[in-house]
Amino acid sequence: MKLLEIKNLHAKIGDKPILRGINLCINAGEVHAIMGPNGSGKSTLCQVLGGREGFEVTEGSVTYDGKNLLELSTEERATAGLLLGFQHPVEIPGVKNIYLLKEALNAQRAARGLDEIDTFAFMKQVRELTKTMGMDDAFLHRGVNAGFSGGEKKRNEILQMLLLQPKLALLDETDSGLDIDALKVVSEGINMLRGADRGIVLVTHYQRLLSYVEPDFVHILYKGKIIKSGDKSLALQLEAEGYQDILEAAS
Amino acid sequence: MTEQHITEQQEIEHLMQREYKYGFTTDIEQDIIPPGLNEDVIRLISAKKNEPEFLLEWRLKAYRHWLTMTPPTWAHVHYPPIDYQALSYYAAPKTADELAEIEASKPQSLDEVDPKLLETYEKLGIPLHERAVLAGVVQPSNVAVDAVFDSVSVTTTFKAKLAEAGVIFCSFSEAVHNHPDLIKKYLGTVVPAGDNYYAALNSAVFSDGSFVFVPKGVRCPMELSTYFRINAKNTGQFERTLIVAEEGAHVSYLEGCTAPQRDENQLHAAVVELVALDDATIKYSTVQNWYPGDEEGKGGIYNFVTKRGDARGARSKITWTQVEAGSAITWKYPSCILRGDDSVGEFYSVAVSNNYQQVDSGTKMIHLGKRTRSTIVSKSISAGHSQNAYRGLVHIAKSADDARNYTQCDALLIGDRNGAHTFPYIEAKNSTAQIEHEATTSKISDDQIFYLQSRGISEENATNMIVNGFCKEVFNELPMEFAVEAQALLAVSLEGSVG
Repeated sequence: MKLLEIKNLHAKIGDKPILRGINLCINAGEVHAIMGPNGSGKSTLCQVLGGREGFEVTEGSVTYDGKNLLELSTEERATAGLLLGFQHPVEIPGVKNIYLLKEALNAQRAARGLDEIDTFAFMKQVRELTKTMGMDDAFLHRGVNAGFSGGEKKRNEILQMLLLQPKLALLDETDSGLDIDALKVVSEGINMLRGADRGIVLVTHYQRLLSYVEPDFVHILYKGKIIKSGDKSLALQLEAEGYQDILEAAS
Repeated sequence: MTEQHITEQQEIEHLMQREYKYGFTTDIEQDIIPPGLNEDVIRLISAKKNEPEFLLEWRLKAYRHWLTMTPPTWAHVHYPPIDYQALSYYAAPKTADELAEIEASKPQSLDEVDPKLLETYEKLGIPLHERAVLAGVVQPSNVAVDAVFDSVSVTTTFKAKLAEAGVIFCSFSEAVHNHPDLIKKYLGTVVPAGDNYYAALNSAVFSDGSFVFVPKGVRCPMELSTYFRINAKNTGQFERTLIVAEEGAHVSYLEGCTAPQRDENQLHAAVVELVALDDATIKYSTVQNWYPGDEEGKGGIYNFVTKRGDARGARSKITWTQVEAGSAITWKYPSCILRGDDSVGEFYSVAVSNNYQQVDSGTKMIHLGKRTRSTIVSKSISAGHSQNAYRGLVHIAKSADDARNYTQCDALLIGDRNGAHTFPYIEAKNSTAQIEHEATTSKISDDQIFYLQSRGISEENATNMIVNGFCKEVFNELPMEFAVEAQALLAVSLEGSVG
């Protein structure tokens, strides 16, 4: 089953074209990794798929779960099961983490015609997840990402993902800034989401994450285009040889 | 806690859907003194209210002083000069004359209350049980309401229960008749008749208001609350409130305002005086929602208010909590005179401004006694083309050994066409004073909104979450029944300010 189909996607910011014809198809049950050097358009792709304002799609289409994704608002994409994990999760002091979690979960439930979740069931679920992510319960009552270390912010992203159980998780450099212990915890979290009816897209610079979360497909993004796709061995090749050779070979 | 916030969020969502809902006028015949102000008008007001001689003299003295004064110009607000001769200084529902003549003729049951008035309370969203009480139907509750419809208290509730505890809670006019000694003893002792331009005007022409007296050692058994409304065209509203807590007494007073929509500007110049004797505590909470004017800045209430508490006794405590959401112009500085040794003053404020609203608000903490402590937490939220200023004075007198103050001023900006300003004044005449001042200015960023949206939360709810988070410290100080209303108010006030 096709979960996400990107066809010839072009996008620009201001006058500057960044995505120049991306084609990508993600089926349920698959894990894809998108790799590429700095400035290749990885984060822009995530932002465009997430519905961020300021990017103009000039050509192409994106179909998500049978819907025209580009016509949906950011919150509609979210409640339709698309989750964007941020490279730099923003700090929102004053808004408690637990409050965000509950609001977000209830938004998902409302979109499915469900009642708000029972508080006890919710707390139980959240406590289990904080444990899974190796986080102290105290963090639930702190402001969203406020004063969090880089690692805590990423754990928080994964915790949200596990709570919301998205159909498609789009994780933008979730591994950046993580020490090895945190990387393991985050990877385990991602693996927990893996399933026959879900898709995961890992956007990353490094092979490191991929040895914990093994991708079914690896794509190399360069100058706004996917120039090469392969299986997990492509990531290993990249790690061994660097971008230069592959880029040269592809161009 | 969390659960509570989440139900409040729903409440907000519900309220987001509507426009300023109190924009209506009740069609009741008004008994209005013709516009204009002179000594005869003051004599007429006093006579209509059948006041004792000392009060008339007090009014006239205030008026004569007012004539020598000019309106203050230092506030960061702009408006055309007010023609005080074009205003009416007294309006009361038709039954007012009878009420003044015979106290007992006040409406005691639903049948005696003008049905249109009841309708008004319904539109205002006054809780059902309070409405029932207003209508004279006795029901158990913990909130007493002294409803002010224009200038005259229509009915006062829970008197029996309060009387049992020895608490006096009545309209100011009633207090003038029934407790003249207390009025004589305390009126003008905190805000003198000639204190400032608007206070002097109020002292000369005040129509009615509330009076609270909590005797020695009594803890008031319920929250006291008053709803104020402006309802008559071209009618200045001059409320006067006096609250006295004797030694060891304890009282919490809630004040909430809504006003009907008007094209022409209206003046509201209230005076509130609080007196706390030894070990007494007074908590005064306000949710202010006067009509703010339309999106172009047309109309709206001028809210020029003098509120001051005198922590007269040792170990007394006065807390002001305010949520200021309405009015075209707000000029308001609820203050504490910390006279008693070890007395405590607190000021918690949320001031939100949108469209063309102008706010110049803050507090004065005057430390006179030894070891006096004050806390100021001010949160301003500016949206649209509004201007929002915090103005605060912390004064440590020579006599105030070991006084402490902590001030926190946070400003939140929504959009880029508005202004947040901070004017802190610190005067320390005693070297043992410890004064802390913290200030922050932040903006709701697109990144924050996008982050919350990407979690399935709508833009407006995302804004409300951030705004409510920003104000939490202050909302936590509000009595429960006000906290929900306050959050709802903020949502309504900031409607359409994002995007």
